[in-house]
Amino acid sequence: MFLDVSFYLNQVIPALNKGLMVSLALIFPSATCGLIIGIIIGTMRAFGKGPIYGFATVYATIFRGTPLVVQLFILYFGLPNLGIYLSPYLAAVLGFTLCSGAYHSEYIRGALLSIKKGQILAAQALGFSTWSSLTNIILPQAMRRALPGCGNEIIYLIKYSSLAYIITCIELTGQGKIIASMTFRFSEVFLVVGFYYLVMVTIATWLLKKLEERFYVPGFGSR
Amino acid sequence: MSIENTEVLLKVEGISKSFGGKRILKDVSLSLNKGDLKVLIGPSGGGKSTLLQCINLLITPDKGKIFLNNRDVSFNKKKDVLALRQQIGMIFQDFNLFDHLTALDNVSIALRKVKKMSKKDAYIRAQMELERVGLGDKLHHYPAELSGGQKQRVSIARALAMDPLLLLLDEPTSALDPELISEVLTVIRELSNSGMTMLMATHQMGFVKSLAQEILFMENGRIIEHDTPENLLNKSKVRTRTQDFCSKLL
Amino acid sequence: MTYPFEVVISSLPYVLGGAMVTIGIVVGAMALGLFIGIPLALIQVYGNRLIKYVADVYVWFFRGVPVLVLLFLFYFGLFSLIDLNITAFWAAVLVLGLRGGAYQSQIFRGSILSIPDGQLKAAEALGMTNWQGIVYIILPQAIRIALPGWSNEYSIVLKDSAIAFVLGTSEIMSRTHFVASRTYEQLPMYICAGCIYFVLTWIGVFFLRRFENKLKIPGYST
Repeated sequence: MFLDVSFYLNQVIPALNKGLMVSLALIFPSATCGLIIGIIIGTMRAFGKGPIYGFATVYATIFRGTPLVVQLFILYFGLPNLGIYLSPYLAAVLGFTLCSGAYHSEYIRGALLSIKKGQILAAQALGFSTWSSLTNIILPQAMRRALPGCGNEIIYLIKYSSLAYIITCIELTGQGKIIASMTFRFSEVFLVVGFYYLVMVTIATWLLKKLEERFYVPGFGSR
Repeated sequence: MSIENTEVLLKVEGISKSFGGKRILKDVSLSLNKGDLKVLIGPSGGGKSTLLQCINLLITPDKGKIFLNNRDVSFNKKKDVLALRQQIGMIFQDFNLFDHLTALDNVSIALRKVKKMSKKDAYIRAQMELERVGLGDKLHHYPAELSGGQKQRVSIARALAMDPLLLLLDEPTSALDPELISEVLTVIRELSNSGMTMLMATHQMGFVKSLAQEILFMENGRIIEHDTPENLLNKSKVRTRTQDFCSKLL
Repeated sequence: MTYPFEVVISSLPYVLGGAMVTIGIVVGAMALGLFIGIPLALIQVYGNRLIKYVADVYVWFFRGVPVLVLLFLFYFGLFSLIDLNITAFWAAVLVLGLRGGAYQSQIFRGSILSIPDGQLKAAEALGMTNWQGIVYIILPQAIRIALPGWSNEYSIVLKDSAIAFVLGTSEIMSRTHFVASRTYEQLPMYICAGCIYFVLTWIGVFFLRRFENKLKIPGYST
């Protein structure tokens, strides 16, 4: 039953490719916006004071402390209670962005805090301005420290993008579910769906490794 | 040459070892009589550590023979290897105390798990050994709570508790702060006086001169000179390689 | 009191009943994951080439495929293929456990590798077999080092257990969804569910932290 080639070629692959496009359209904006939010929130958590620190910490704690499924349900099924209607796609991208931003902020914060005071002092002693020591000294170091964690977070995002199906955004997993339910061939269809994700994750892992090698500096353990 | 009056305890014949095509030990032979204290000196990377680890088969030699009490030890029989290791105590440069166990448990764990002693007997024995090295008051301390000198003394107690026929010591004081070295050397000196057979890599020349029967000078995987400290360090007419090396130590 | 809050309050016992199911899934999955993860880590560190390769493929598969896809694949597909008739609850435990094993193996592998070589060497020098050295010297240390990672794994599995509602397991999420879609009070109900997960996360982390402290030994700054 696993070797029915025409079933794969004519039904499974075309539908999954369509779903793959939707998945990619979910992943890319969410990863980009999530990283930006992570950098902002992470910086606020590392250097912010008073309400700024408080807001960032509460944000990160809430989004890291609750399941992504709950967050997606609140955005898609919950917000209409307040008269706010989001499309499935928009709700999914918003959910992924907010959630992964919270996780990114954890790595960014850790990376920023790991930079020793002496580095900033030395930069100041050499006459660097605040901005210039930030861009020339702190960020290049922090980026290397945060890269493995943030990269992993994006790999997580690839996998969790499948949850968009739950709020009726029909992407890769959703397309798989539709064909499988129609044909009752769950094993075959979902093995192929799994393979699609494995390929995406493996490529992303490989890219991350290349990126880490490209920026490798002795003393900044890549893992 | 020293007088060969007593029985040979350990004989090592023609040991060779290569790692990744690089020859670390080249045809090394030596023997220890009961009660001997022999010392390995020489530049780092010369093969001292590898030789010591080959003797208790932590590293399997490529070639050569090891006789313990005139018994030819097979390198491949697991039972032989484990038995040999029980009979030979090993002291490491960086102690290698088990970090999750107290001093008492460090000393008693092999008694319980290898020698299958009861917990009570193992503790009694372990406490005795720790008291012998002057650590009777540190039984329940974890390694992280001990100084380097104390850690090394625990590791000596750990080895002694197994009733070894001989001790191998791999630069036991080189990881220690200068002021902690003497407390460890004192323990080793007492052991030697009580008749323990030892082969020790060290650069503590004062200690070597006063206690060692023989110096084995190792360089590039070979023992290139061996004689009494007196002959190697003072009396020889030609300047020896050992003298050369030792003059740079101080 | 306004209507939305009445709904939340009156359905709370029902939803909290789901929390017991959630805890059941999480505990079962963590236990199974431990059972798979430690041997897998030992294989990855000490195993021979062939068996290492098998372990690597296992980890690659279960870490690379999304939970949702795994749940569909196993519950609707592979389990019925091998005539394994189990309830949605046990399917969730099994899938999250198999997957957790892959993740936990990475935690334990890292902590085993972080233990200096000298520890096993010293054990062997005392006449211990390789196996004794691993059991009495390496694992007790590795488990302590792994504990913080394990607490983290707990909070991940807890959150992922919410995905099991797609199988119809009557845990927090599906009970919440049931009430929400009948009363049309989605927002308060889902916020309520979020709060329950939040509390469960912190309760679990609190107990695991206490466990960590109990096992605490000088020199392990966990």
